Amino acid sequence: MKSAKKIKLVSMSGRLCLVITAGVMLVGLLAADISGLNSKYLPLLKDTTKWPATFGFGRTATVSEVVKWDISIRPDGKGLPAGDGSVSKGAAIYTLKCAACHGVGGKEIPGVKLPAPALVSDTTAKSKPKTIGNYWPYATTLFDYVRRAMPYNLPGSLTDNEVYSVTAYLLSANKIIQPDAILNAQNLPKIIMPAKKLFVVDDRKGGPEVK
Amino acid sequence: MEKEQKHHKEKSGGNITRRTMIGGAVAAAIIPMVSSFTKYIQAGVPVLSPVIDDPTKKIGPGPGKLGKRSPFEQPVKKPSDISSRSPLQDFYSTITPSDLHYERHHAGIPSINPNQYELLIHGMVERPMKFSLTDLKRFPSFTRICFLECSGNFRTGKEELTPQDILGLTSQSEWTGVLLSTLLREVGVSDKATWLIAEGSDAAVMTRSIPIKKALDDAIIAYGQNGEAIRPEQGYPARLLLPGWEGNTCVKWIRRIEVTDQPYMTREETSKYTYPVNGKIRMFSFEMDARSIITFPSFPQKVEKGWIEIRGIAWTGRGKIIKVEVSTDAGRTWNTARLQEPVLDKAHTYFRYLWQWNGEATEILSRAVDETGYTQPSLKQLVDARGNDLGGYHLNPVTSWQIKPDGSVLFKPENWK
Repeated sequence: MKSAKKIKLVSMSGRLCLVITAGVMLVGLLAADISGLNSKYLPLLKDTTKWPATFGFGRTATVSEVVKWDISIRPDGKGLPAGDGSVSKGAAIYTLKCAACHGVGGKEIPGVKLPAPALVSDTTAKSKPKTIGNYWPYATTLFDYVRRAMPYNLPGSLTDNEVYSVTAYLLSANKIIQPDAILNAQNLPKIIMPAKKLFVVDDRKGGPEVK
Repeated sequence: MEKEQKHHKEKSGGNITRRTMIGGAVAAAIIPMVSSFTKYIQAGVPVLSPVIDDPTKKIGPGPGKLGKRSPFEQPVKKPSDISSRSPLQDFYSTITPSDLHYERHHAGIPSINPNQYELLIHGMVERPMKFSLTDLKRFPSFTRICFLECSGNFRTGKEELTPQDILGLTSQSEWTGVLLSTLLREVGVSDKATWLIAEGSDAAVMTRSIPIKKALDDAIIAYGQNGEAIRPEQGYPARLLLPGWEGNTCVKWIRRIEVTDQPYMTREETSKYTYPVNGKIRMFSFEMDARSIITFPSFPQKVEKGWIEIRGIAWTGRGKIIKVEVSTDAGRTWNTARLQEPVLDKAHTYFRYLWQWNGEATEILSRAVDETGYTQPSLKQLVDARGNDLGGYHLNPVTSWQIKPDGSVLFKPENWK
């Protein structure tokens, strides 16, 4: 049974369809069979008929090993940790740990090249910077990215509550949530970002058309 | 000459070592010169050369542990804060020497002990597993040649730009590793899985969502580059390699693959690596569109009247290049260039076109055609298709070089806003 399943895996790609979730769109049906998809590697795949069900290389990962590295946050909020944060606490953290690179209040300073992108939509800025308010389609991405990669000089140093607070501050500064909002795992994924309606999935498939 | 050698003698305590001689040459001035083959080269010419005039009269150094370039050849990458560009104008063919491969990092190059390295695959699998580097190398291995290109690989705005400046964020290597499909088979991937999350172990813990179709098609977890261990700048000890896809998806220093049924909308695939198209923002542009550039002649080289072999590279993320056309009259007429065989799938393809220049001002340009029938567009075609605000990603316009009557070559910048 197990080996039958394994063999099935090799040929499964023909039936896959790519569905973009978060209520978006169908990217496309992958109708080709295995020979179509992998024709360039057929010699290699023919080899696999002699392969064992498993090679036995590697080891089972423990639950704690998976939990330690599994830091991704999904658009529906799966992965968000317990805890919460406020706009006011986030403002204090921002001033201390973020403003040096992203600017006071997250806005561009005329004539000054910031070391990092502006974060707050500013309709008066001539450069029309891409910011959280006008270019980020999901609020969950903000939490995910700040937690994994910020601050740039000390990545991964913020507590979960601090990440919620910085996220709250940046969303408030972009006028997406109220200044008195408290963010947590329940309400963060429900936030509809202003830019979400702008995003479309590339549907080009090659061919003569320039799109 | 004699005086210079005496100087070396004094410095090295009486013995002129080969090291001293090479060192002297390396430290020499870099001056532009035009060779008899009309090819402009930047050569490290010793100011007072310690290299002897007649090499047949002196025994050279013996074999060594590491080879090195001739001190007369000094190709270098061009770094910025976040990336470094390959010197495309210095290459004679399509394999990029590993130390000249372009770089793009999001939080620097991590230092990873290969003995502690592990790749975790979990999520919609029968058994979440960790693989050491030794484990990865025990699986059936696979080798291929393909290009990599950053999707933000386009610069314009002034005439004094080299191929390296314009689009040096592409390079090509021969990569070796284990097919990702082999690893997914080992962990027992669910047939309901449609996406993967690929995550690096750099300080940005850089993450991208990848359709599983690509993983099962031709994705590689690569640990070898041009026959040796992959370079730290390219993802040592192991990276994801998605042939033909934008460089950012080929996550370097990969430590985790989560098998899932949806994209996670990471920062890189939403607020970066997306671009405006007629008022909308296009995301998940994975395949790199067909592109080419003439690398000789190009700025700042100079040419002479007469026969010139126009040379360059063409590539596409959608399969093979089937044709490259070269125009020597500013795009009025086009000629088919010769392609260097073998033409490989999703690979830089070298092209050549022999041209007799009459000494009059003109423009030379190239355009690539791929096996899907797509022809590399002009910048105007891209603007017509996408609108004035092109953003900075997935731009592959035809590059034109101006040939001046004095033989100088200048990039032809086009303004579209």
